Amino acid sequence: MDSFILLRFGDTGWGDEMLRAAIVTILVSLSAMAIGLLVSVFATMSKLSSNGFIRSIGNTYTTVVRGIPELLVIYLLYFGANNAIMGVAKKLFGYNQYIELPVFLIAAIAVGIISGAYSTEVLRGAFLAVPKGQIEASKSVGMNKFLIFRRILIPQVMRYALPGLGNVWQLTLKDTALIMVTGLVEIMRQAHIASGSTYSPFTFYITAALLYLVLTTASSRVLNSAESWANKGVRRA
Amino acid sequence: MNFVDFCESLPNEFLGLKVQLMCNSTPKLLGGVPLTIELVLISLLIGFLLALGLALMRISKNRFLNVISRSYVFYFRGTPLLVQIFLIYYGLAQFDFIKESFVWPFFREAYWCGILALTLNTAAYTAEIIRGGLQSVPYGQIESARAIGMSGILLYRRIILPIAFRQALPAYGNEMILMVKGTSLVSTITLMEITGIARYIIAKYWTPVEIFLVAGVIYLVINFLVTQIIKYAEIRFTPYLEHAKKTR
Repeated sequence: MDSFILLRFGDTGWGDEMLRAAIVTILVSLSAMAIGLLVSVFATMSKLSSNGFIRSIGNTYTTVVRGIPELLVIYLLYFGANNAIMGVAKKLFGYNQYIELPVFLIAAIAVGIISGAYSTEVLRGAFLAVPKGQIEASKSVGMNKFLIFRRILIPQVMRYALPGLGNVWQLTLKDTALIMVTGLVEIMRQAHIASGSTYSPFTFYITAALLYLVLTTASSRVLNSAESWANKGVRRA
Repeated sequence: MNFVDFCESLPNEFLGLKVQLMCNSTPKLLGGVPLTIELVLISLLIGFLLALGLALMRISKNRFLNVISRSYVFYFRGTPLLVQIFLIYYGLAQFDFIKESFVWPFFREAYWCGILALTLNTAAYTAEIIRGGLQSVPYGQIESARAIGMSGILLYRRIILPIAFRQALPAYGNEMILMVKGTSLVSTITLMEITGIARYIIAKYWTPVEIFLVAGVIYLVINFLVTQIIKYAEIRFTPYLEHAKKTR
């Protein structure tokens, strides 16, 4: 029963703080997913390039990021990003002051880079899934490269990539738990703070777990309906 | 030339990174590899046995067993591994009845809590992989096996399991890599595996980027070896498919 008192809303409980933290988690995940998608478009282009050097850049990115623990990527960016920015500012603009990027930005970029590596593999698969005959056919009716991309590739790639990107979203959502190490108050950090000051770790970590379950379940509902929307024109045997 | 001399022969700084320090701390970080591998192997092994049970429960016709397996997988795949680790290590200490019971010496140790969390987590993912493998066995194969009089254990041993195993192998390889990466999270509960040692060195010299880079390379090497082992196993268990790939 004590647990419910601890989770009350308002000044006496941590309920509203936990909910606010959940909103931060959602915002970080959305930003990270957007950053990841942006990165993955370029990485996919590089991986599918005919130039060996450009191809190796994309391959290195996905191999390295998927091969080292997410926690390390986050630590590296958290400690490395400020130094790198300060170094660049000093070299290029002679700016000598201390620069600190907002934690939210670092967190979104760090998780975005991780999620981008997985999105790249999904997008690459989706691009390769478009039958070659369709591209040949669109060339033969006189479409230029851009028009082929917009009319033929994009609509189909989006449909093929949707299930895979849905999985990446679920991964991204769960990876945001790791950014608690940067001090950004998302679900895990808030649970950590609350359990530290109330000596009720189980209450708050199980609340955190339930919040994540709600988020993942809700997203899989949305993703399912998005998939059936995207596939409404597809004939099935 | 021994290792220390080799490190001193390197330039002190390169691209703003303290190269000598990176070189010097490599052996210390490598000291975390045995624990990392130990955690991975133990949790994969116990997790696999647990997953077999969960997968069989999931495909069984008993509604009760089915629901248990489903909810288990739903919980462990729907929440981050970090929450699961914290719930076991920090969370259980909230209850006096656990602190006073005979299981407390077990739950008091970060090592056992880490192994338990990793095991329970991998069991959920592996159960889904095994289920996928079992369900991928073409029904015609089972029918023809039945037609020539196989049933029960013989059917499983000769037909279903070999096909399911081969089907599930690539996905299980991914899960092994996820586990290697997952062990880095137990550094948050004071275990001194690779990431734990990295954080210890950083607390001393305050060179986070350098040390985490070296740690990252070590993880990359481990994961590269894991992918090679899986690749070898795939060829080993289905050499005829490999031949078909080459002649195509």
